Amino acid sequence: MKKSKLKGWLYLLPAIVFLGIFMVYPLVDVFVYAFQEGFNFASQTYKGVGWYNFSYVLRDPYFLQAVKNTFIIVIITVPVSTGLALLISLGLNSIKPLKNLFQTVYFLPYVTNTLAVGLVFMILFKKTAYTDGLVNLIINWFGSESIDFIDGPYWAKMFVMCFYTVWVVMPFKILILTSALASVNEDYYKAAKIDGTSKGRIFRRITLPMISPMIFYLVITGFIGAFKAYSDEVAIFGTDLNVAGMNTIVGYVYDMLYGDSGGYPSFASAAALILFVIVLTITVINLMVSRKNVHY
Amino acid sequence: MTMQNSQAELAKIERKARVKRVTGKSLTYFFLSVWGILVLFPFYWMLLTSVKSYSAYNAEYTPKFWTAAPTLANYRAAFTTVPLARYFLNTLIFTVATTLIMLIVVTLAAFAFSRLEFKGKNLVFTLFLALMMIPNELVIITNFVTITNWGMRNTFWGLILPSVTSVFYIYLLKENFAQIPEELYKAAKVDGCSDFKYLTRVMIPISAPTLVTVIILKVIECWNSYVWPRLITDDPNYFLVSNGIQEIREHGFGRQNIPAMMAAVVVISVPLIVLFLIFHKKIMAGVSRGGTKG
Amino acid sequence: MKVVLDHLTKRFPNRTKGEPDVIAVNDFTFEIPDGKLIGLLGPSGCGKSTCLNLISGLEKPTSGKVFFGETDVTDLEPENRGVGLVFQNYALYPHLTVRQNIMFPLQNLKGADKLSKEEMLRRADEAARMVQIEALMDRKPSQMSGGQQQRVAIARALVKMPRVLLLDEPLSNLDARLRLQTREEIRRIQRETGITTIFVTHDQEEAMSISDEIVVMKLGVLQQIGKPQEVYNDPVNLFVAQFLGTPAINTFTGEVQGGHVYIGSEVVLDAPGVPDQEVFVGIRPEGFVLDENGPFTLDLTRVEVMGRDTSVVAAHPFAQSPSVRAIISSENEVDTGAAKVRFSLKPKKVFLFAAESEERIRF
Repeated sequence: MKKSKLKGWLYLLPAIVFLGIFMVYPLVDVFVYAFQEGFNFASQTYKGVGWYNFSYVLRDPYFLQAVKNTFIIVIITVPVSTGLALLISLGLNSIKPLKNLFQTVYFLPYVTNTLAVGLVFMILFKKTAYTDGLVNLIINWFGSESIDFIDGPYWAKMFVMCFYTVWVVMPFKILILTSALASVNEDYYKAAKIDGTSKGRIFRRITLPMISPMIFYLVITGFIGAFKAYSDEVAIFGTDLNVAGMNTIVGYVYDMLYGDSGGYPSFASAAALILFVIVLTITVINLMVSRKNVHY
Repeated sequence: MTMQNSQAELAKIERKARVKRVTGKSLTYFFLSVWGILVLFPFYWMLLTSVKSYSAYNAEYTPKFWTAAPTLANYRAAFTTVPLARYFLNTLIFTVATTLIMLIVVTLAAFAFSRLEFKGKNLVFTLFLALMMIPNELVIITNFVTITNWGMRNTFWGLILPSVTSVFYIYLLKENFAQIPEELYKAAKVDGCSDFKYLTRVMIPISAPTLVTVIILKVIECWNSYVWPRLITDDPNYFLVSNGIQEIREHGFGRQNIPAMMAAVVVISVPLIVLFLIFHKKIMAGVSRGGTKG
Repeated sequence: MKVVLDHLTKRFPNRTKGEPDVIAVNDFTFEIPDGKLIGLLGPSGCGKSTCLNLISGLEKPTSGKVFFGETDVTDLEPENRGVGLVFQNYALYPHLTVRQNIMFPLQNLKGADKLSKEEMLRRADEAARMVQIEALMDRKPSQMSGGQQQRVAIARALVKMPRVLLLDEPLSNLDARLRLQTREEIRRIQRETGITTIFVTHDQEEAMSISDEIVVMKLGVLQQIGKPQEVYNDPVNLFVAQFLGTPAINTFTGEVQGGHVYIGSEVVLDAPGVPDQEVFVGIRPEGFVLDENGPFTLDLTRVEVMGRDTSVVAAHPFAQSPSVRAIISSENEVDTGAAKVRFSLKPKKVFLFAAESEERIRF
């Protein structure tokens, strides 16, 4: 009996060791860093304890820019991608021929390296001395002026950013919604059809309530994912996101930690904790809204 | 509707409905095709650009949708001018090693949670689940410091160690293991099968589909990982493909050699796309069962 | 190999805080003779499976001992006891073929017991032949019927030549026809191998039909051991009487007064020497004899003619269940239009039980 108790812990040992070192300890440590004022990375010393790191971060214009960018990305991409994914899934669900082909094609971005494809997007949108780029070519067809999407005005950069973000997150959402739609019992539709229910009404009164848990799941995970946006930004605008004015909160954390502007784990920790609080708040609000509105 | 004119009336309604149905279907297909093109076009463009010669590409002020003289020169450049093969090999080593070690760690833990009895099991499991809510961004700072202090920057161990456990996969596997009937375990016990042998000979084969899902998800994650490798490596000898791409973009071929860049991008993207085309059913099922990106 | 259980007890802590321990097996003492097939019988939750687990070694008793022959095996691990175990849901390894499943126990043997590959294959073939599944050796369990799967499970249990074979509700997942067939099969295999076999079931008919002896359990407590017919004809208490036999025994509340057994106002039987008291009267369905002048009057509900037998369904105000069932030969004509039907009783088929203890009162 005693032997078997020890055995259980033995099997768990690797997981506990790794989680302890790389999850639990850092979790404590991040608070330590965040409240140590004037921490010097080289000498591992600090001057005092307090809220200075937070107040510094909250006054740092780079951070404020990052927060603004992140919020814009979240507010635009989450509803757009979820709505678009819903439309596409409804379309997919209403057809038979080519359905599998479309599904497979739509999933392709999920398995590609976002850094790599981001480079392609940059080239498509970029305006250089040699060429205005493909997107501008299309814009010109419609008689408008070329725009520099990569180094140009803020809204243009934000447009590319949101466009790429949506492109990247769509596969997962389409997949989840398509399977949610497919799992709605056919009998509901048959019954509604016999009753002469209109298509719009079927969608509002039957389909939407039935898949609402999945939609909320996507919204919640979408919010969390979008708040952590970073590598998609690097893919389009390069590693110097502050210069491009396109940094995100996560990007700010990494910049504080490493690179030319790095060496400040205290500021990084404070920013990371602020991000965590924001995400937590939004998630809790989401959950409260969903509890009210999700029909099972 | 009255009985007298019902025949004609019905035919009319029928015709109208058919027209509506056909237009609806056409619109649906049109809409789906537009998104399909939006998804595929970047892939087409990178493939196309990668076979355009440097001079031809730069001569196109107006981009062309086709090239008359495809060339593989860019691929040669991609492998010779920048150490693409090195990045590739690094990523392969990183992916295989991380996935393998993670599988072992995760399987052992899931087995302990699902099959073994010991004091404190439920408490530990609850703690594990609580860890699932902790975002990577919060712990990556200290991990960076830890790995730096251990002198593991620019080593494979530094790359691999922090990502060899996943509470989520432990949870996924534990649920799967728990579905295997208790009687199989009893039967094996009576037959003198040890716990470890039961795990390897019975549980793992039975849970193979879930393990494959976990492997697929982890491989995709590893192949695309960018943030941690970027923090932990500044020696190009240890760059993974994602970092390689950034490196190529910023210092590689000279900023303007877009075709060579695209060739590198194609090379990097191909392995996962091929994997996907072969296993697309399994991968999609796996992701919808237990995946979120990132 | 005879199996002896000596004051065997197994307690589990109660899931509800503050409640006393659950005693799954309570002070069991009995001996299973070598080479016999024993049916362990009782309603679900009575501790049969726990009892089996104690014998197999999957669980350790709180107190008491288990002997195989003269050896005390109480502290031995299951793999060292030499038992074969067959489950209700077959518990075949779904990813292995039939042959691999049967060979699985042999591959676990270590040290001196280790077998060569050829020997394993030979033993597996032999076990398969025993249960007549030689032709299915390369199939996966999912490609077989329930009956075939159960045969494989039995073969797997037999292949290591166990000293004791334990069957835990082996027929419950099979449909009626297969159940009968497999039941005969188990009987045949047991006879051929002569392995001491313990067979757990909640189905009394199953237990009665193939067991050399049956052991009736209730709530962890041993009720009665004996040859099936003996237990049926001579139950020690109301529980055993009610548990054995289909249709079930009919129970009435009654009274003994001056050596007469009263149900209501009618004297249905004489019980000389039994002191006056309240009793339960149990009457087997076959204990009724149609008799116009009989002492026992019932309200006729309907008559079911089933070939050889006729089943008279009736009601009685003192009956413990809404309907009373009497089985009589179909040569008897029952007036289906009548409101009442009268019977006399076969004394051997009538049992008296004390109202309080429900113990048998012999007379």
